[in-house]
Amino acid sequence: MTDNGTQTASWQSCVIEEIVQQTPSIKSFFLRLSRPFAHIAGQHVDVRLTAPDGYSAMRSYSIASSAASSPIIELAVERLPDGEVSAYFHDIAIVGDEIELRGPLGGHFLWPEPAVDAVLLIGAGSGLVPLMAMIRHRRTQDPAVPTALLLSARTAEDVLFSEELHSVEINDAAFVLALAITREDPIRASDFGRRIDSAMVEEVLARLHRKPTQIFVCGSNDFVNIATEGALLAGLDPSTIKTERYGG
Amino acid sequence: MVTRGFTGRGSSGDQSGRIPPGQHLVENFPVLTAGPTPNVELADWKFTVKIGPKPVKVWNWSEFNALPKTKVTKDIHCVTSWSKLDTIWEGVLIEDILADAGLDRPTDFVLAHSYDDYSTNVPLADLLSGKAMVALKFAGQPITRDHGGPARLLVPHLYFWKSAKWVKALQFTTRDEAGFWELRGYHIYGDPWREQRYTDD
Repeated sequence: MTDNGTQTASWQSCVIEEIVQQTPSIKSFFLRLSRPFAHIAGQHVDVRLTAPDGYSAMRSYSIASSAASSPIIELAVERLPDGEVSAYFHDIAIVGDEIELRGPLGGHFLWPEPAVDAVLLIGAGSGLVPLMAMIRHRRTQDPAVPTALLLSARTAEDVLFSEELHSVEINDAAFVLALAITREDPIRASDFGRRIDSAMVEEVLARLHRKPTQIFVCGSNDFVNIATEGALLAGLDPSTIKTERYGG
Repeated sequence: MVTRGFTGRGSSGDQSGRIPPGQHLVENFPVLTAGPTPNVELADWKFTVKIGPKPVKVWNWSEFNALPKTKVTKDIHCVTSWSKLDTIWEGVLIEDILADAGLDRPTDFVLAHSYDDYSTNVPLADLLSGKAMVALKFAGQPITRDHGGPARLLVPHLYFWKSAKWVKALQFTTRDEAGFWELRGYHIYGDPWREQRYTDD
């Protein structure tokens, strides 16, 4: 039952090694695993928090760090209004705290191995997280798969991993970055100042110079529906589109 | 292991006996799908029952809607950890579909297929005795595309990935054949009360 590398994943404890505020609503948590694992870019972990009365809450979080085997993984957690687990991460968790997790999990939304011709990534907000693991992983490959990222965010300061993305763009001719900034004017001429649509997908495809054989879309359900519709209108094959919708 | 500083929302009071381990209650209805949302026109909609590769009966939308309808109120549990209580569905029970096809129990296992090429496996026993239906309405309204309309499988006593959206066929198989998520690390059966989330749980 492991056609995509999913293996038995039992619960383990890990220690919060570092916390970084990434955007006004997203923090990164660097977790030291007691039993390190190798994951495939795009996979997630399940996190479990337990209260003194035995009540426990579980949520899934995508891994942001690259697939390199390391005892430390990075999760980037967005604070949700009314969030039970995300509120714990943002308001209570401090360096040195222990939490339980199991992983790596997920056998569908995975960076393609062996390498494909080209990849299109489309994300919004914290939907960038599994895509970022892919971008970081592809940097370790030679030659790196031509890849475009179309990333939607409300404002420039809401762009997660902004500095790193711009640095990859500058240093890697096979990487295209296009931001869709929805609530203010974009800073760069190559970015868009509107919500994602099919014309935008087409323009990003033109910058990629080749047709992607794999498309990954991650964000809220509404965003994923609009983005996949745009991708289909732009002529991409539905069987090449993998989606991950959060909010569940 | 107790998590320092975590109290959570606490148990759900009177409803705690209805929430399986590791699940939390939601009021909204989250949407999770592995690919683009298919658009199936009613004029093109067909539903097929097959034994192995061989189609036994095919219904179009009006033929299928002429089958006896049943209304149920059920709690549903998604493997991503949300549970939603008292969801109201209307559709055709699997035994009523099989009766119309003149079938009894051709094999013990079923693979459900969907318009987006999704599939999921369920033992026949879990589809009979009023446990499952092909649902046509949610909360009194036609099921929206996002939630699997025009028709979705409803097997509420198993994790909700078993309730295939955009269902188009039930295929009897001689063995328990793993479906889409079952091939990708998720449990072959998926009982929320035994927390059968992943393959070896």
